[in-house]
Amino acid sequence: MITFDSVSKRYPDGTVAVDALSLEAPTGEITVLVGPSGCGKTTSLRMINRMIDASEGEILLDGVPVRGIDPPTLRRGIGYVIQQAGLFPHRRIIDNIATVPYLLGWDRKKARATAMELLERVGLDPALAQRYPFQLSGGQQQRVGVARALAADPPVLLMDEPFSAVDPIVRTNLQDELLRLQSELNKTIVFVTHDIDEAIKLGDRVAVLRVGGRLAQVADPKTLLSEPADDFVREFLGQDRGIRRLRFISADGLRLRTDLTVPEGSDGGTSEPWLLVVDADDRPLGWRPGAEPGRLEPFGTYAHRGDTMRAALDAALLSPSGCAVAVDEQGKVVGVATRQALDEALTEAADG
Amino acid sequence: MNWLISFLDWLREFFGDPENWTGSDGIPMRLLEHLEFSALALVLAVLIAVPLGLLVGHTGRGELLVVVSANLARALPTLGLLVMFVLLLGASSIWPVIIPLVLLSVPPILVNTYEGVKGVDPELRDAAYGMGLRGEQVLWRVLVPVALPLILLGCRLSAIQVVATTTVAAYTGLGGLGRYVIDGFATKDYASVVGGSVLIVLFALVVQVLFALVQRVTVSPGVSRRLKVR
Ligand SMILES: Nc1ncnc2c1ncn2[C@@H]1O[C@H](COP(=O)(O)OP(=O)(O)OP(=O)(O)O)[C@@H](O)[C@H]1O
Ligand SMILES: [Mg+2]
Repeated sequence: MITFDSVSKRYPDGTVAVDALSLEAPTGEITVLVGPSGCGKTTSLRMINRMIDASEGEILLDGVPVRGIDPPTLRRGIGYVIQQAGLFPHRRIIDNIATVPYLLGWDRKKARATAMELLERVGLDPALAQRYPFQLSGGQQQRVGVARALAADPPVLLMDEPFSAVDPIVRTNLQDELLRLQSELNKTIVFVTHDIDEAIKLGDRVAVLRVGGRLAQVADPKTLLSEPADDFVREFLGQDRGIRRLRFISADGLRLRTDLTVPEGSDGGTSEPWLLVVDADDRPLGWRPGAEPGRLEPFGTYAHRGDTMRAALDAALLSPSGCAVAVDEQGKVVGVATRQALDEALTEAADG
Repeated sequence: MNWLISFLDWLREFFGDPENWTGSDGIPMRLLEHLEFSALALVLAVLIAVPLGLLVGHTGRGELLVVVSANLARALPTLGLLVMFVLLLGASSIWPVIIPLVLLSVPPILVNTYEGVKGVDPELRDAAYGMGLRGEQVLWRVLVPVALPLILLGCRLSAIQVVATTTVAAYTGLGGLGRYVIDGFATKDYASVVGGSVLIVLFALVVQVLFALVQRVTVSPGVSRRLKVR
């Protein structure tokens, strides 16, 4: 666990970047620091590995003040990922990843074997090992940055806007990968971002900072969205805070109808305005309008087990029928959530 | 085309004369002397300028000193320096020649080394410290390899300059290829002047090639970005 005990940082020019910050980053969880530009996120993060020294207060790593640890020794035990990856251009990817193991005096063979393992673990082709950083895309470099931070298996990982310099699709991939990695590794991660959506997606706990380096609120994402502490947090969360809350409500509870699916080829009359046509394997093919039985309209699906209300609503909005199709792991139709069913669930969500 | 013909005649006369290939004033001996003076001056300059440039570039201390002294040294007239040192130290040793040559070749190396180290992407430096490298590890394992092309550039500029300027060694009565030029002028032996000049140019070319090879071997392909993807 990382503990900030009323930590302040005053730069020599008088700027107070962090003001009496008290915060805990629990072991094995992702704690996100989020806030507007200049609110002291980077400063707070860098005080943990002593890239910056606190002016007042104490930062504890599992109860031990970092102040008393020799900085290079401290840093070798803490993974650090920065925005532009900061890979060493003169070293091959494999040696970049093995930087800290080399520093720790590991046997070269073992260090390289670990590096190769990590390369795959972060989703990169092992063939990239012999390349130099300039031969990699920004997203690949960022993955290498993560692998390098993990190489010596440190219990703590500090990440400063690691995904903000890549395009949105790559960013989404990297975020998903991080969550997958974390589910395997259970590191204590402190993650800095100015993107509230990223914070909510990744954080077990989200700490919102305001300019001047003061903590506005720290809570799990769901609580943050439903109970913002004040106007600053509310405003920072943005307009569609209600929609985003749906991400935390499971779609499991949706009432499903199973009487709206028909096999391909059957054209029996019905009083329903829409019928879902499925193939022989129960996979959806499209919505057939009752008024115009010859046509098939697009459909949207969500995973019956595991997806959230947000995904279900999204699926409903993708189809002119206004219904969301619940599918199982094989993509077979489980049932259909109609507008009424969605409406009931949304009403429930709004009530708390 | 007359000039070309007389140029070739001079070359034939100079290089064709077996006298010019033997003895203490033969071409091999003069080449060796030239090599000795320039190499000595360059090695001394590198030994002074590279550590100083690394130190200032890495610590950021003494930057003004580097810039001012480098510019001052550039403004010094080589010939004037040479005469001054000969007057001070006498013409009996090689030092009145070596010292001005060193003074001349320190600035390009110093400035390029300093700029090379200082110019390394701050993010990269930051990442190096963040990984847990200590100050001197950051310098040797990251800053020097990344700044190496510039450091070598400084050395190459100095080397060319030194090779060309070692000619002035002849003024003090010392050897080197400059002898052919200076003595040739004095005795109106233009074959000697032209032949000596050509030798100096060839020498400089060889030095260029040598540095290109050193650069190829020592600079990481990741830095020079000269690479076929494997
Ligand atoms: N070395 C420094 N000297 C003086 N002031 C600084 C220094 N570094 C940062 N600051 C100031 O401290 C405050 C916090 O900076 P910090 O970099 O921690 O912000 P941040 O939250 O990471 O911002 P961003 O989202 O833009 O990265 C800012 O006002 C900044 O100008
Ligand atoms: Mg920042």
